[in-house]
Amino acid sequence: MEIDPFVFRLSIFVLAIFVGYFVVWSVTPSLHTPLMSVTNAISSVIIVGAIIAGLSENAQNIFNNSNIFGFLAIFLAAINIFGGFLVTQRMLQMYKKKKKSK
Amino acid sequence: MSANISAIFYLISGVLFILALRGLSSPKTSRKGNLFGILGMVIAITVTFLSTGNFSNSFVYVLVFLLTGGLIGAFVAYKIPMTAMPELVAGFHSLVGLAAVFVAISAFLNPEAFNLGSPGSIKLGSLIEMSIGASIGAITFSGSIIAFLKLRGIMSGSPITFKGQHYINLLLALSIIVLIFYLCKTQSDSFFWRIIEISFLLGLLLIIPIGGADMPVVISMLNSYSGWAAAGIGFTLENSALIITGALVGSSGAILSYIMCRGMNRSFFNVILGGFGVSEQSSLSNDKKQKPFKSGNAEDAAFLMKNASSVIIVPGYGMAVAQAQHALKEMGDILKKNNIKVSYAIHPVAGRMPGHMNVLLAEANVPYDEVFELEEINNDFANTDVAFVIGANDVTNPIAKTDPQSPIYGMPVLDVEKCKSVLFVKRSLSPGYAGVDNDLFYRDNTLMLFADAKKMTEEILKNFD
Repeated sequence: MEIDPFVFRLSIFVLAIFVGYFVVWSVTPSLHTPLMSVTNAISSVIIVGAIIAGLSENAQNIFNNSNIFGFLAIFLAAINIFGGFLVTQRMLQMYKKKKKSK
Repeated sequence: MSANISAIFYLISGVLFILALRGLSSPKTSRKGNLFGILGMVIAITVTFLSTGNFSNSFVYVLVFLLTGGLIGAFVAYKIPMTAMPELVAGFHSLVGLAAVFVAISAFLNPEAFNLGSPGSIKLGSLIEMSIGASIGAITFSGSIIAFLKLRGIMSGSPITFKGQHYINLLLALSIIVLIFYLCKTQSDSFFWRIIEISFLLGLLLIIPIGGADMPVVISMLNSYSGWAAAGIGFTLENSALIITGALVGSSGAILSYIMCRGMNRSFFNVILGGFGVSEQSSLSNDKKQKPFKSGNAEDAAFLMKNASSVIIVPGYGMAVAQAQHALKEMGDILKKNNIKVSYAIHPVAGRMPGHMNVLLAEANVPYDEVFELEEINNDFANTDVAFVIGANDVTNPIAKTDPQSPIYGMPVLDVEKCKSVLFVKRSLSPGYAGVDNDLFYRDNTLMLFADAKKMTEEILKNFD
């Protein structure tokens, strides 16, 4: 019997939870705020789905409902991606400056 | 680009995201980690463009929305003051949640684009996945909006409770499950919209009973939800980058929630059910009215610190509100010039989000090797001359160690009272968030400095010379 591809995705999911568990425990508590902002940025990889929705053109009409929701999701996710990574970088930069001035 | 090749690239970007989090294990590797994260995102987006192969009109629209969003995001990231980080993060969570809802809606309206079947006959598994994704996304969105409003001070931080609230929430959660069942049975879009509406409502109701100082748990929890929502969508889209990221973010938020709950010695459910710090306040204020305490001014404080050989600074939310971190750093510098050992003690739940104090001190250029966590520094208080408590309260209350009746009993606290003398900067004697009177105020070795955190620190600075 063939294994359903869903099972493979579920395996990835479960293993990634464990990877996340161990990786996050090793994050130093002083960097918990950057951790939150960077997880925010990376969870916006959901933009992938939004782009697929925005680029689908089966109805000959760019502005059917499905595409519009795709565009809106692209907009929201993009705010998060740029905002999340940049604010993280800005915070981490502050942790560096101190090391030099010492 | 063939589906298999793009799947490999999605896997690579998933791995890069893991490395991004791994980098945060030390400030030295963290910036490289962030670059890995950015690279992973660039790969994921580029691969998506190449695999759809559509560079017509809609591509232009996609780029326009992408760049407009990006510009706004970049602008916010550069402008935001560090003290506003908690609300920013809450706001960002709401966007991830809403984006997940929108993606789920487009997948529902146009399943062909995602190879999920056709409208009215979407594959059963995909239907379940996308409705779970949409539901969690909607809860994340409305919950984060409430958290944002509370953190921003637009909405009162005090818990809003009413009778039967938890039963209503339970009822709503159950009805979502029932609706998903009927959606799968009938494929009718009206069920799909109801699921989203009820989830929005549930998100609101879940967060309103939770008080301001429990926000660290709420933010971490919403962070976790945004991850699970992304994972749900990832299953729908059969995209491994999204599944891996969702799982990472989901477990990251869950761990942070756990660390925050442990810092308050409260169970996760106790925090989620909310209403903490309301009932106790009234009963305690009557009996403990007139206890003697000592109060001083900036001159006394400057004198005490100048004659000390070691000082531990204990910052809390009040420091963030007053934006006292820069003045505090200046004070630390002068003390160090006088050969006084300065360190900072951070309680896990100080502030309004995990790591809040650390970021503010980093902003003020305090070297991170002077900043210590509770377990690292708690034994040092006994050998320290002066503890300078600025804007913290409940996390220093010795009653948590002695009085089993107290609502904060068992919470890990900083042993500030073991110092030779304690300087306590606070605006009044009022109890902190937990509604408990702080025993520390009335100790012989405590000197109360009644003032705004920033003003007092600046006053002390003037008195140094």
